Amino acid sequence: MTAQSHSLTRATNKSRAIRRTYAGVVPAEINRGTPGHIPVAIIGAGPVGLAMAGELASRGVSSVILERAHTSSDGSRAICWSKRTLEILDRLGVADRMYAAGVTWSVGRVYAGNTTTPLYSFDLAPMKAQKFPAFINLAQYHVEEYLVDQLTSQSEIDLRWQNELVALGQGAAGVTLTVQTPAGTYRLVADYVVAADGCRSAVREMLGLHFEGRTFEDHFLIADVRMRAPWEAERRFYFNAPFNEGRTALMHQQPDDLWRLDFQLGADIDREAALQEKNVSAKVEAMLGPSIDFEYEWVSLYTFQCRRMRQFVHDRVLFVGDAAHLVSPFGARGANGGIQDVDNLGWKLAEVLRGDAPRRLLESYDEERGLGADENIGHSTRATDFMTPKTPAARAFQSSVLALAVDFPFARALVNSGRLSTPCTLGDSTLITADTTTFATPGMQPGAVALDAPVHCQGEPSWLLHLLGHDFVCLVFGATVPSALPPRVRLVVVGRDFIDTHGLVAARYDGTPGTVYLIRPDQHIAARWRHPHPEQIRLAWQRGLALT
Amino acid sequence: MITAANIEKPDEFYAALVELHAGLDGQESLRLNAALILLLANQIGEAGVLSEILQVARQVLVSGSGEAEPTAATAQLV
Ligand SMILES: Cc1cc2nc3c(=O)[nH]c(=O)nc-3n(C[C@H](O)[C@H](O)[C@H](O)COP(=O)(O)OP(=O)(O)OC[C@H]3O[C@@H](n4cnc5c(N)ncnc54)[C@H](O)[C@@H]3O)c2cc1C
Repeated sequence: MTAQSHSLTRATNKSRAIRRTYAGVVPAEINRGTPGHIPVAIIGAGPVGLAMAGELASRGVSSVILERAHTSSDGSRAICWSKRTLEILDRLGVADRMYAAGVTWSVGRVYAGNTTTPLYSFDLAPMKAQKFPAFINLAQYHVEEYLVDQLTSQSEIDLRWQNELVALGQGAAGVTLTVQTPAGTYRLVADYVVAADGCRSAVREMLGLHFEGRTFEDHFLIADVRMRAPWEAERRFYFNAPFNEGRTALMHQQPDDLWRLDFQLGADIDREAALQEKNVSAKVEAMLGPSIDFEYEWVSLYTFQCRRMRQFVHDRVLFVGDAAHLVSPFGARGANGGIQDVDNLGWKLAEVLRGDAPRRLLESYDEERGLGADENIGHSTRATDFMTPKTPAARAFQSSVLALAVDFPFARALVNSGRLSTPCTLGDSTLITADTTTFATPGMQPGAVALDAPVHCQGEPSWLLHLLGHDFVCLVFGATVPSALPPRVRLVVVGRDFIDTHGLVAARYDGTPGTVYLIRPDQHIAARWRHPHPEQIRLAWQRGLALT
Repeated sequence: MITAANIEKPDEFYAALVELHAGLDGQESLRLNAALILLLANQIGEAGVLSEILQVARQVLVSGSGEAEPTAATAQLV
């Protein structure tokens, strides 16, 4: 078999070789000597830091991104990007490119023991007619490259490769950053610092802060292989995989005939032996069967943690993405969760910097994304514990759930191969105003993300979320428009500003005449009413900006 | 959670439950019990009731009923 002639070292280098490299930046401050003062410094140009810069720029806020490396993401990491991530990145202008390049999927098949007939399948996108699908698969470094392409032309963004943050001090005037480059060291003063510097966050260390939570002993092997394979673009998860000594395994399709294979190896393994080519190939060949030729693109081991910082907001330093919280990959909640951090923090930081909202609004980032992090950590911990039972009783329950699931649908609901990322609903947040009347729209309560729907605008097909944009919006159904709106709230009237072509907006929002939704800049629903008084709208808006 | 007697033919059920485990080793019994619990839990369904049952079961274990030293009351019966 041709595959066996490819050494793993070469495979690893192959994946590295296709990453793009960027020229190191020698900033003006180095020669000037005096530190520059900037509104926002973002530490780290991973997917989360890059998206943060784009989100802030779209709101007119300038930022400097400091990135230690001069390439996109090392190795092979995230591949699954959720619908919500695509909706958020659509506002930054990169989602169409991601969608076009990625592999679209929504069906997951779960196998147990038997590798020909699945135990059951699930469809993550039962509600169609939205701009983006449940998930696309695309390598993380491509997403980063698209973001870089999109950002480098924007005057608000100063992306500095090979600029490593080495020291940080908080003072009354702002945060002083010491930055090291191959050309020398310089200083910057920033009003706010967004720490997007990943799981080993240097900023976290510099502030003497820690992660809390669980680390898991289990090792996993990932192999990205290029092959012509006959399988559908679906997520295939195997319990008791006969080709993996009864452990779990996962398979995902990526674009260009690239596939992600993921094998559970267990605790206490010999890491070196696990990465030897003959051992890796034994697993891969057993999984794929004898008729498929493949080439390695990337092979590595990983372990994971389900942990978070207790607080994401530390005075003028705000933590986002892996720097703030970590999950296992099962559920694709890492990068997708980080992009939701950006969605939540971007508008708040812009409002505070403009002086339109008090500093308190930033505290609500901690509250709301703390909720999101707990939800993600909860899902990811429960999935991990189901997959890797740690006591005889847990093993017994897992085996009985899988056995019952063959015949009984109820048990399939208990099979946990990872609960895939969905947007967090912020129902209990202090910024959200609870319902006072009933609505027949499950999942669209205050705090939830507004659902997309196809519409027509000026004769052209469009999407509701696109029209909602990224401001506070009052979405009004019916002919009666509120007589007064709070400042900077954009009025969007169904039928006047767009045509609800298929009636799906009315159906999804239970939009009877007189219905009004107040939607936040991150497209979460702040409040909704039937026939509200303008004063009710003003109060909910004030609450949504932490003005009360 | 129902605490009053609710099982039809309690003695027969109890005997059948014990009989079900006949000839099984520890791990098999554990799996059988797991399947039973899951099937029964699905009949109950309600989150509040299920969570109360979990807590009560754990309390029973902690307080050691069934294996504790005979209390004054049971000692008298003996
Ligand atoms: C095997 C695997 C599979 C995964 N699959 C998925 C998936 O399918 N979907 C998903 O959503 N997530 C997935 N994840 C998680 C995802 O990769 C991470 O959540 C994501 O990379 C986090 O992005 P980030 O921008 O927060 O951090 P990172 O991507 O880690 O970026 C941090 C950046 O900060 C830079 N940096 C660090 N220190 C400094 C410093 N002192 N100065 C300047 N720069 C610095 C680093 O060089 C780096 O570029 C997966 C992870 C793994 C390991």
